[in-house]
Amino acid sequence: MNPVVAAEPQHNAEQQDPASAPLPESGAGADLETSGQAAPVLRLRGAAVRVGGRTLWSGVDLEVRAGEFVAVLGPNGVGKSTLVKVLLGIVPAAEGEIRVLGRRPGEAGSRVGYLPQRRSFDPDLRIRGVDVVRMGLDGDRWGVPLPWSRNRREQEQRVDEVIELVGASAYAHRPIGQCSGGEQQRLLIAQALVRRPEVLLLDEPLDSLDLPNQSAVAALIGRICHRENVAVVMVAHDVNPILHHLDRVVYIAEGGAVCGPPSEVVNSETLTRLYRTPVEVLSTQDGRLVVVGQPEAPAVHTDRHTGHHHHGHGDRRAG
Amino acid sequence: MGTPVFSWNLLYDFQLMWSYPFMVNAFRAGAIVAVVAGAVGWFMVLRRQTFAGHTLSVVAFPGAALATLAGFSLSLGYFGFCVAAGLVLALMRRGREPGGSEESAATGVVQAFLLACGYLFMALYKGLLEGPQALLFGSFLGITSGQVATLAVAGLAVLLALTVLGRPLLFASVDPQVAAARGVPVRALSVTFLVLLGVATAEAAQITGALLVFALMVLPAATAQVLTARPGLSLLLTVVLGFAVTWAGLVAAFYWPYPLGFFVTSFAFGLFLLAHVARSTARALERRRDASGAALAGGAA
Repeated sequence: MNPVVAAEPQHNAEQQDPASAPLPESGAGADLETSGQAAPVLRLRGAAVRVGGRTLWSGVDLEVRAGEFVAVLGPNGVGKSTLVKVLLGIVPAAEGEIRVLGRRPGEAGSRVGYLPQRRSFDPDLRIRGVDVVRMGLDGDRWGVPLPWSRNRREQEQRVDEVIELVGASAYAHRPIGQCSGGEQQRLLIAQALVRRPEVLLLDEPLDSLDLPNQSAVAALIGRICHRENVAVVMVAHDVNPILHHLDRVVYIAEGGAVCGPPSEVVNSETLTRLYRTPVEVLSTQDGRLVVVGQPEAPAVHTDRHTGHHHHGHGDRRAG
Repeated sequence: MGTPVFSWNLLYDFQLMWSYPFMVNAFRAGAIVAVVAGAVGWFMVLRRQTFAGHTLSVVAFPGAALATLAGFSLSLGYFGFCVAAGLVLALMRRGREPGGSEESAATGVVQAFLLACGYLFMALYKGLLEGPQALLFGSFLGITSGQVATLAVAGLAVLLALTVLGRPLLFASVDPQVAAARGVPVRALSVTFLVLLGVATAEAAQITGALLVFALMVLPAATAQVLTARPGLSLLLTVVLGFAVTWAGLVAAFYWPYPLGFFVTSFAFGLFLLAHVARSTARALERRRDASGAALAGGAA
């Protein structure tokens, strides 16, 4: 009896898969609710992007489901941030099919949260963290909020709730310029989360943080992803702080990309095939991965100062 | 007028001052300008566009000088030049990072050239005007009711625009990248803001003179931002402070034989210093309380 009951939904799911696969236009959001895992939140098929006549990457296939944590890795200037911008609809894809929550990129509105690369606020900026989070909620509305409107209390509650979620309550009322890098990053994550997005796109959120803060913020993102069932796509410089939280990685290099579980992608064979030159992945005693011998600036490493400069330039060219 | 003496009875003093129609106009114009310049200046300080503001205020001088020379309305000279300069600045910033506030050296070059043009216009105009001094450092004498009406209409338009644009403008000023991703038209807002800044500068220049525009555009906003980090409160405080220093400056300039621009700027500067003193005192007290609290806790343990 039991096996039959257990088989039933699985059978259903199998039936649904081919049916829902070719339908890109509508109803993917509804599918997601009714059949749980059936419809991917993000889907790229044969995606390619060209910036200034140069193909950054092509043939990228990726499906991300609700509650999955995916990292985008690769050397500097390879177009990792551009992948996030493609998903946001800021940069158009040159080829392939891209669906974000069943719609074209840029059409899902507040269902997609975004944390751009490395913003640090001026130390003199006299705006509180809570105000910055609040801007994520209604900063794009025209006109002035009425102090007596009924939404106001709800909105304030939501802001407090999300600040609590990222553990920023202690300093949310200080001017944001006076908060440390890690504190600012938590507040910015709260800002990206405040409208309850189903997809969170993060561009190097751990950059410029010290090691303890890197692992704390990585754990926070992992927790939000798995507990709040938010799909997270995170561009990362260094896979190590997030390695234990990841479900999948996309490794972009030399115009192509490989997707899969971290252990299947970040290893010597796969990266050697990807780069078409011998690359070695070493595992240190404490489980950190080190990529040796890849062309251009190393992507998985600890020397982030020189790396950052390179990255900035590459990114401008890319974006 | 004779030499009126300040009596410390404010009711009597205001009655005396307001018995002169030119003083009534001065107070009206001062009130309008203080509110408009304060509100726009608050965003300018937040966006770190004080150099743009300075450029626009310098442009007010050749505008007014040309109006005097060519014989068209002074208001047209101020508003026309400042708004045009705002648009030129917006054009020069095109293609830069949205929200980036650095101005190029080209801005400084244009600014110096226009200042020189203003001086030329004044030299060409050989009439018996107060000379460049009133245009550069302000005067409250001879403000007509027509001018007050023009200031009111332009000021109202600026305030209305700020009410509608305020929230997205704040978002775009503090966090341009996320604002852009959320669909806020960051570039269009930046251009619009420079136009508003042009109008506000043109207004302020008519009271404080081209060179002391910052007394009303920067000082109240900077003072308020020292005192509080709450956006709404800080904006309100800016407007109140700007209004207070302007009216206090007018009273002082009426009773004492020194220029208005000096009084307004000194009062605003005094408040700015006081605000800094108040903040450091508050911080020191807090630190001492924390320290003594820690000592108590230590003693208890």
